[in-house]
Amino acid sequence: MSHANTPDRQRRAIHGWLLLSPALIMLSAFALYPSVATLWTSLWSRGTRRRPSEFVGLDGYRQLLDDPTFWKVVSNNLIYAGITIPASMVIALTMALWANSKMPARSFLRTAYFTPTVLPMIAAGNLWLFFYTPSFGILNKIGALFGAEAVNWLGQPDTALWAICMVTIWKEAGFFMIFYLAALQTIPPDLREAAEIEGASRWTYTRRIVLPLLMPTTLFILVNAMINSVKLIDHLFILTKGGPSDSSKLILYYIWENAFAYFDRPAAAAMTVLVLIALGALAAFQFLVLDRRTHYR
Amino acid sequence: MSQAFLNLENVTRQWEGQGGVAGISLSLNEGAFLSILGPSGCGKSTLLRLIAGLEQPQDGRIHMRGRDVTDLPASKRDLSMVFQSYALFPHLSVAENILFGLKVRRVSRPDRERRLHEAVALTGLSGLETRKPSELSGGQRQRVALARAVVADRPLCLMDEPLSNLDAKLRNSVRRDIRALQRRLGLTVVYVTHDQGEAMSLSDRVVLMRKGRIEQFGTPAELYARPASTFAAEFIGEPPMALIRGDALGTSSDLTVGARPEHIELAPANKADLTARVLDAEFLGSETLLSLEHPGAKGLALILPGDTPYAPGDTVGLCIPAQHRLLFDTQSGKIEKEPQQNPATRIRQNTAPRDGQTAPTATEPTFDLQRTDP
Ligand SMILES: Nc1ncnc2c1ncn2[C@@H]1O[C@H](COP(=O)(O)OP(=O)(O)OP(=O)(O)O)[C@@H](O)[C@H]1O
Ligand SMILES: [Mg+2]
Repeated sequence: MSHANTPDRQRRAIHGWLLLSPALIMLSAFALYPSVATLWTSLWSRGTRRRPSEFVGLDGYRQLLDDPTFWKVVSNNLIYAGITIPASMVIALTMALWANSKMPARSFLRTAYFTPTVLPMIAAGNLWLFFYTPSFGILNKIGALFGAEAVNWLGQPDTALWAICMVTIWKEAGFFMIFYLAALQTIPPDLREAAEIEGASRWTYTRRIVLPLLMPTTLFILVNAMINSVKLIDHLFILTKGGPSDSSKLILYYIWENAFAYFDRPAAAAMTVLVLIALGALAAFQFLVLDRRTHYR
Repeated sequence: MSQAFLNLENVTRQWEGQGGVAGISLSLNEGAFLSILGPSGCGKSTLLRLIAGLEQPQDGRIHMRGRDVTDLPASKRDLSMVFQSYALFPHLSVAENILFGLKVRRVSRPDRERRLHEAVALTGLSGLETRKPSELSGGQRQRVALARAVVADRPLCLMDEPLSNLDAKLRNSVRRDIRALQRRLGLTVVYVTHDQGEAMSLSDRVVLMRKGRIEQFGTPAELYARPASTFAAEFIGEPPMALIRGDALGTSSDLTVGARPEHIELAPANKADLTARVLDAEFLGSETLLSLEHPGAKGLALILPGDTPYAPGDTVGLCIPAQHRLLFDTQSGKIEKEPQQNPATRIRQNTAPRDGQTAPTATEPTFDLQRTDP
């Protein structure tokens, strides 16, 4: 029996592996291998010409935890996430609810909202550089009309991070709005009419019907916003380069600096591993806990 | 009863001068069951949505209990509605769906529980309270929509083709439930349907609509016995009224003669008003429905008791008693006068296909108002 089956089973196994191989190769080459390599690198010391790198285990991590700049960058990033995620989501939802209602220039409005998304982040950074520039930037010109002092938004530690947040929110809100808008349009209009007949106000309808039905979208956007709050740093290169005095430096920028400016690859690798762990934990929380409370149609 | 419960005056709502409804006037007493009947696209839903306040009239006024509600939003009109699409909230359970309105209106918890219990028992949904709409069958969803309207305890209930998605058996049972409920709670119901049998068997009053206008407004018996036009004659009754060109029966061709199939009798060839060829014989159990063909007639049919010896292709002689003839104007389609008593129209005999065959006279079939789909 088994003799007769063997070639057949083999053929099926080969078939299976062939089908798997494209995804397997891509994932291994671009996700699995880099992750493992990063982890491995982070366990070695920084090699110089005189002292070759040696295995130091978790020493690199200990050094990182003693580095005040690391903690500054972490707290910057938490503030950055804590502001940009809720702000861009709330603005996106508000714009979507508005753009979904009956009004004259609706399609123009949607296009206008979406424009920032189409713009590359570098271009957006340059645009905002022009807004923020002291004295002749648009913000200060408008301020001057009302007699306000000129402010160097990007040049002082108190405002730099906020200025960076602004750009991110501006960039992301339009993108998220498109998802909300798409989800809103799948809600049949008769639900609204049914709620209206039951005597529900517009606000009650939004809170009790629309928001719960948007939960899957919100979850999706939340995941994206969280990823972006770590990933979206292109504008730092144009606007502040993390300064002044690290006040607007974010983790990924610091990792980049360590790896390609200071050539401290183990430190960069250790930070990367920490970021991966944090993001993994977040994703697990979202899909295990929030997912269960979400209604999918 | 001096004041009508619901009163529409010349209400119009159209889109770019097309579709919708125009010049609708009707009034309805409290506790009545009104059906809005008509073919697809004739404006039934538009009319219902106007009453509900989901659509604003461009012209005309709507009064409820003597109060002008034309400019009142739907939430202030004190009515409930069963949507054709059910419009259940997909993320809420059956109980939450039913109680949505009561929660919005801050009805106390014990009161809510009691009313939920009643509505669930009434619609036979016990045991399904915690399910989501997606976990219910079409008929169960329908009943949730119904329960949601019932629990609201509003004096006026609007229903838009609430049974259109149910199978014939379920449709019959839910139909009976709706009628019993309406009687028991003393609700005023406006019920949209395109099924004439449903409208005839349920309602106190029927509005027959055509192309956005009222074709006829009356009791089911009136619509059946005296259709206002050839359109109404052909729309109501199963099988519908036969329409015969006047000259085929010896009157003027300006007239069209209408006759219900149960009033058409078999006659020997020499006494027949016209002879027709049998197209099809449908055996229905207690009776047989003969579909007949005649060049000057439309929808000619005959109902005979029991089984019949006729086969497709046979010819039969027909006699249409004068008192059962309705005369319509061929041009306008409007009814001419009451069933006329002049036997002179029976003088001439008109033979359509040759070979008039003698046939036994049929016994008079009973006048069956509630005849629905066979
Ligand atoms: N929002 C709208 N915009 C434009 N035309 C409309 C609109 N709503 C309805 N109409 C038109 O009005 C007419 C009546 O529509 P309505 O929905 O009232 O028909 P109905 O009698 O309910 O048909 P059905 O039995 O198929 O549901 C149709 O010709 C339709 O095209
Ligand atoms: Mg309709």
